[in-house]
Amino acid sequence: MASIETRHVNAWYGKTQALYDITLNVAERSVTALIGPSGCGKSTFVRCLNRMHEELPETRLTGEVLVDGVNLYARSIQPMRVRRHIGMVFQQPNLLPHLSISENVALGLHLNGVARGKAVAEQVELSLRQAALWEEVKHRLHTPATELSGGQQQRLCIARALALSPQVILMDEPCSALDPISTLQVEELIRQLKKDYTVIIVTHNMQQAGRIADMTAFFLQGRLIEVGETKHFFAHPKLQETEDYLSGRFS
Amino acid sequence: MSTVAHPFQTPRSAHSVGRQLANGLAIVFTLACAGFAVVILLYLLLYVLRQGLPYLDLAFFTQLPTPNGEPGGGMTEAIVGTVLLVGVASLVGVPLGVFTGVYLSEVGRGSFAAFIRFLVGVLTGVPTIIFGLFAWALIVIPAHTFSGLAGGVALGIIMIPIVASTSEDVLRLVPHELREASLALGATEARTILRVVLPAASRGIITGIVLAMARVAGETAPLLMTAFGTPFLNTDVTQPMDALPLRIFVFTESPYQIQVNQAYAGAVVLILLILLASFAVRFATGGFKPRG
Repeated sequence: MASIETRHVNAWYGKTQALYDITLNVAERSVTALIGPSGCGKSTFVRCLNRMHEELPETRLTGEVLVDGVNLYARSIQPMRVRRHIGMVFQQPNLLPHLSISENVALGLHLNGVARGKAVAEQVELSLRQAALWEEVKHRLHTPATELSGGQQQRLCIARALALSPQVILMDEPCSALDPISTLQVEELIRQLKKDYTVIIVTHNMQQAGRIADMTAFFLQGRLIEVGETKHFFAHPKLQETEDYLSGRFS
Repeated sequence: MSTVAHPFQTPRSAHSVGRQLANGLAIVFTLACAGFAVVILLYLLLYVLRQGLPYLDLAFFTQLPTPNGEPGGGMTEAIVGTVLLVGVASLVGVPLGVFTGVYLSEVGRGSFAAFIRFLVGVLTGVPTIIFGLFAWALIVIPAHTFSGLAGGVALGIIMIPIVASTSEDVLRLVPHELREASLALGATEARTILRVVLPAASRGIITGIVLAMARVAGETAPLLMTAFGTPFLNTDVTQPMDALPLRIFVFTESPYQIQVNQAYAGAVVLILLILLASFAVRFATGGFKPRG
């Protein structure tokens, strides 16, 4: 699994600049949490990492995003190939409602023409086990995916991302639409995933960052203010803005 | 203790009575208009049914028209012709219509797409005889013969803007999150449209297609100079072909009462076909639920 590094990333929506000179290093096999108030650019940043930012009209980006040393924004690299290897889980589970559970997990495999027949079924089972969902759904793989609960649907989205064996997993506030019990299940899952994957998670919940992240990065108004090991970060923030945010002076 | 009455309890003045009366009248007026429309429609339906149903028998569906107003006979060739013509029309109208809808909803940006959308809107309003003339000039004249092909093509072109417009509307309703999910898995835009967006919208698109087919099944003017009509059974699209609306048109003008009766019977079949298509489509997509 891969390390991911950004160098001097600036991003715009039309004429509005959303990210200013972001340089961030993420080690492999770790969980990095991005925290900060609403509109600070953390979601925008994460979407720059798998080149989803450019799917919106009139967006622009400068700088480099390096995965294991390779710049994703090099001219020779297609966005589709990037997204094959960098998975994303969204805030709301976005399963395809007309497909069954196993068809949803296998969606990435089918869209990329990567596997056929039996190999698909094996990969589906493996991904569901990795997402800690196999036992709950193994007897109803061909029922519509919309019959699952919110927490199960989100774990299904994680399984779907895992099915492509990505090098990096991006999560954009994956628990904000979930109840507390489902949230804990997903957090436990993230702790397990850390052994094999590099995870970057955007969260508006500081306690969540404290629970699951090795490193935490604080964003404010499009700038990366501070980044550090979580255990030191919360106890001894270096900058005043960080401390103000952590102590709830603004949110 | 206050002597001022509670505002909710203010006694009824002439003003408030007037407002309530005006409100009531407005509601009654709109009900009357809707009722009037329903009454006209029901009258039309019942009149045609009364005139045509007695003459609808098995022979109607299995025999050809008899010459010169002899008793008996049917409209087999017209029913078969209508089915074939709608089939040919669908071959033209469905792919061109659906993919125009895909373009307008998924791919098109800016003033060119807006221009296409405008043209589609204009085409829905063009009198259908014009499409008939177009097919006449393009197919009938060079081939030196009327043909089912020309008729089918004319009907197909009529279908294009209808199918394109309903397809675009249905595709726009597919939630954006589904497209994002597909793109985030590394799919190309084309794969996303074909494997994710279109399947998600398929129900609505099929509804639009079936309704467009029912609509063109009843078109008469464009067939006058393309398929032209014939009292003989013909399944060869390169030759003149009959259709229900054409046969109804010809028989209504007939001096023979038998044929006029059969014209009504044909009208009943046409109306039943369209009603059947509409109900089938509603049934398949969830029935008559009250709106919002």
